[in-house]
Amino acid sequence: MQLLSGNEATALGALKAGVRFFAGYPITPSTEIAEVMAEELPKVGGIFIQMEDEIASICAVIGAGASGMRAMTATSGPGFSLMQEGIGYAVMAEVPCIIVNVQRGGPATGLPTKVSQADVMAARWGTHGDHPIVALAPYSVLESFELTVKAVEFSLRLRMPVIILSDEIIGHMREVVKLPEEVTIYSPPPLTKSRDEYYHYDDDTNFDAPYAHFGQGYRIHLTGLTHRKDGFPTNDPKIIKWKLDRLLEKITKNREWLHLVDYQDLDSDTVIVSYGSSARSALEAKFEYEQRHNKKIGFLRLITIWPFHYQKLQSLLKNAKRVIVVEMNQGQMTREISRVIKHNAELINVNRYDGELITPEEILAVL
Amino acid sequence: MKIPEIFEFIRVDERLPHILCPGCGIGSAMNAMVRAIIESGLKNDDVCVVSGIGCSSRIPGYIDADTFHTLHGRAIPSATGVKLAHPELEVIVIAGDGDLLAIGGNHFIHAARRNLDMTVILINNFNYGMTGGQASPTTPQGKYAKTAPYGWTERNFDACAIAQASGAVFVARSTTYHVTHLRTLIKQAIKKKGFALVEVISQCPTLYGRLNRMGDAVKMLEYFRDNTISISQIKDPKEAEGKIVIGVLHDVEAPEYYETYKEIIRRAQAQKHHV
Amino acid sequence: MYKEIRLAGTGGQGLILAGVILAEAVGVYEGKKVIQTQSYGPEARGGASRTDVIISDTDILYPKARHLDILACLSQKSYDSYINDLKEGGIVIYDTFYVQATAANKGYGLPLAIRTRERFGREIFMNIVLLGALAEITGIVKIESLKKAVANHVPKVTLEHNLKALELGSEIGRGK
Repeated sequence: MQLLSGNEATALGALKAGVRFFAGYPITPSTEIAEVMAEELPKVGGIFIQMEDEIASICAVIGAGASGMRAMTATSGPGFSLMQEGIGYAVMAEVPCIIVNVQRGGPATGLPTKVSQADVMAARWGTHGDHPIVALAPYSVLESFELTVKAVEFSLRLRMPVIILSDEIIGHMREVVKLPEEVTIYSPPPLTKSRDEYYHYDDDTNFDAPYAHFGQGYRIHLTGLTHRKDGFPTNDPKIIKWKLDRLLEKITKNREWLHLVDYQDLDSDTVIVSYGSSARSALEAKFEYEQRHNKKIGFLRLITIWPFHYQKLQSLLKNAKRVIVVEMNQGQMTREISRVIKHNAELINVNRYDGELITPEEILAVL
Repeated sequence: MKIPEIFEFIRVDERLPHILCPGCGIGSAMNAMVRAIIESGLKNDDVCVVSGIGCSSRIPGYIDADTFHTLHGRAIPSATGVKLAHPELEVIVIAGDGDLLAIGGNHFIHAARRNLDMTVILINNFNYGMTGGQASPTTPQGKYAKTAPYGWTERNFDACAIAQASGAVFVARSTTYHVTHLRTLIKQAIKKKGFALVEVISQCPTLYGRLNRMGDAVKMLEYFRDNTISISQIKDPKEAEGKIVIGVLHDVEAPEYYETYKEIIRRAQAQKHHV
Repeated sequence: MYKEIRLAGTGGQGLILAGVILAEAVGVYEGKKVIQTQSYGPEARGGASRTDVIISDTDILYPKARHLDILACLSQKSYDSYINDLKEGGIVIYDTFYVQATAANKGYGLPLAIRTRERFGREIFMNIVLLGALAEITGIVKIESLKKAVANHVPKVTLEHNLKALELGSEIGRGK
C-alpha cells in the first residue's frame, strides 16, 4: 500500500507498461509526471529528456516511438495545443505513443493550478484533418495507473497515439493504492516478412499486427504526407481515400474493446453521465440522493472519452427519461450525449468552469 | 567511386525521377552526402536520414535506408528521439534554411547546446523553394523574394555562427560548387561525436536566382566559385569581406549528450542498489 | 467515521507536505480510507496554501472538504477564509503568533511558531510540530504512524529534528 498522487500513478503505470522514453517540458499541473520519469527512467535504463518546448517533446516522442520504444510525454492545456500538429503526424505516420494531458482551465494560459475538463474537444479535433483518436479519462489514482497501462496497449495495438485526459484534481489528488507487481500487455508479434515483401502500411498491418521500426533494417520511410502502402507520398485520389479509410478503421473495427464505460442502475428514470474528476462528485451525489430519498439514480461514467460509441451509449441510455450530464466545461460532452438519448428524454447539463471542482450539492440541486 | 555504388543508397525503383528543378543544388548536396556516407564505411542499415518540410527535406525519400520525413521545422527533435532510441544508428538531418532556422530555429540552437551526436546538413538556398520563393532567415538584406518584392529589409542569420555560439562541436561550410570539399566536410561531421553542422550554400535558379537576376544554375555556381574563400587562406579578416567563407569553421571537443546520459543511468542504478 | 481536516496557511510553511504525511500515516499505517488534495497559487513562497485530508472507513468520492471537522491555521488570512467552513462542534487549531482568533469557537490557540523557533532557531519544522499537536488534540492519528510517514518524506539528515518536532508538537498539544 502506498499514498500516491494521480500524476505519480500515471508515471508508475507508464513504467510498468514498459515506457522507456519520456520527453517533456515543465507545465503545471502535469510536471510531477516528468519529475517521476526523470528519477525512475534511468534506473531501468530508459531515457528521460527535457526538451526546449512541447513541440520538440512530442516530436522526440514520435521519433522514439517510430524507433520501437514505448514513448510518452505529459503536458497541460497550452502544451497540448502546441503538440497538436505532432499528434496529427503520429496519426498519419501510424506511430504509437502516449500523450498525457492533465487538464487545467483555459483558453490560453488560463488557470495553471485549477481544474477543468475543457480539452475534451481539443483532444478530439485539436489536430487538423479527418482522423481517429483515442482518449481515456481516469477518475482515481488507481485508474490513473491502470489507464496508462491500457493506453500503452491500445497505442501498440492500433499503431496510433493515445491521449490520457487526466485533470488537475485527479493528477494532484493522493489516495492509498496497491499497485500490481506486474502487468502483462499486448506486444506486436515479431515481423516474419523479409524487407522485400514488407510494406509498412499493408492492408493486414493496420492493427494487431507486426510492423517495423527504425533500426531494424527494413528501410522504412515515414512521412506526414498522405502516402501509399510503401510509405511514399501520393496524390492519387483512390490511394488518398484508402489511407484515410484505413485510419478510420482503426476505430470502427475495434470500437467494442476500445470503449470502456462504468455504470450502475441504468434502469432508473434519471441517469447522471460524467467522467474524470467530476464523476466523483456525480457518484457522491447519486449516493447522497439515494440515502435521502430511497430512490435509485442511474450513473454512467465514460472511461473512454474518444471514440464515442453511439450505438452502445444509445442502448445504455434507452430507459432514461432524464439524463444529467455533469462536466467541468461549457457542455462539450453534453452535445455528444444529446445525440444518443431518446427524443423525448430531458437533457440537463450541470457545468462548472470557474476552476473549482463541481460539488455534489450542485448536482443534487437538479436531481 | 563508381556510380553503381551510389545507387546502392538510392531508391531507384519507383522514386525517380525526383521532384527537384533542373539546375537545383540540392541534388549535389545529396550526392555529396551519399558519397560521404559510403566513404565513412556506413551501410544502408547503419543510417537514419531525417528531414523536415521543404525542397531539401525531400532528400530522405530518395535514400534507401530508414528515412524520416517529419513535420516542418521538426527534423532535429524527431531525430533526437531516433538517436536516443538507437544510439548505434548514424542519424543525419538534412533540411533547408527555412526549416532549420525559422520554424525550427529554437530546436537548432538547443540541439547544438545539448550536443547529442548527429550530423545536420543545412542546405541554404536563401529562400523558401517549395512554397515559391519567399524570403527566409538567410535571405540577405536588399535581396528580392516573393514576400520581399521591394527588397528584404531584415538582416540574415549566419547559421554557422549561431551553431558555434550555441555549443555545436563541429561547424563547417561549403557550397554546391565545391562538391568534393563538401563531401570531405560531411565525412568529418559524420565522424565527429556530437552535434555537427555542415552548411551547404546552394543555388535555387528557379526562384531566388531568377528573382535576383543571378542567371542560370551555371552562373550561380560560378558565383560560388568566384566569391568563396577558404578559412585556411584568410590571413587578414579584410580578405573575407563580401565572401562566402568555407571550410571547417569550428572543431572542438565537448561531452556528448548520450555519453553523459549513460553516466546518469549508471549513477541512478548504483543508487537503486544502495536503497 | 468520516472526518474532514484542513491545514491552511502560507506557501513555504510546508503544509502540503504535512497533509501528505498525515494522509500517509492514517491511510498506509492505520488502514483507513484517505484522500488528500491541495490548492495553491503560483507562488512557491508567501501565497495562500491549503491542503484537505479526508479520512473515512468507507470509500471517499468527492475529494474536497466541505464541512470541516478539524481546521488548522498558520496564517490570519487562512483563519479568516476558512473558519466559517468549520462545522458546529468542529475543532480549530491555530498558531497564536500568526493568528488572532475572532470566532466564538475559540478552539486551540497554540504557541507553535514561538516554541518551534525556541527549539530549532527557525520555523522550518513548524508543519511537523503542528501535526504532533493535532494528533494529540484530535486523536485523529497516532504519533507512531506520523513518525513512520515523516521518515518517508524528509531527508535522512533532518529526520532526527523532524521526529523531535513531532514530540514538541505533542507536548504543546498536551498543554505542556
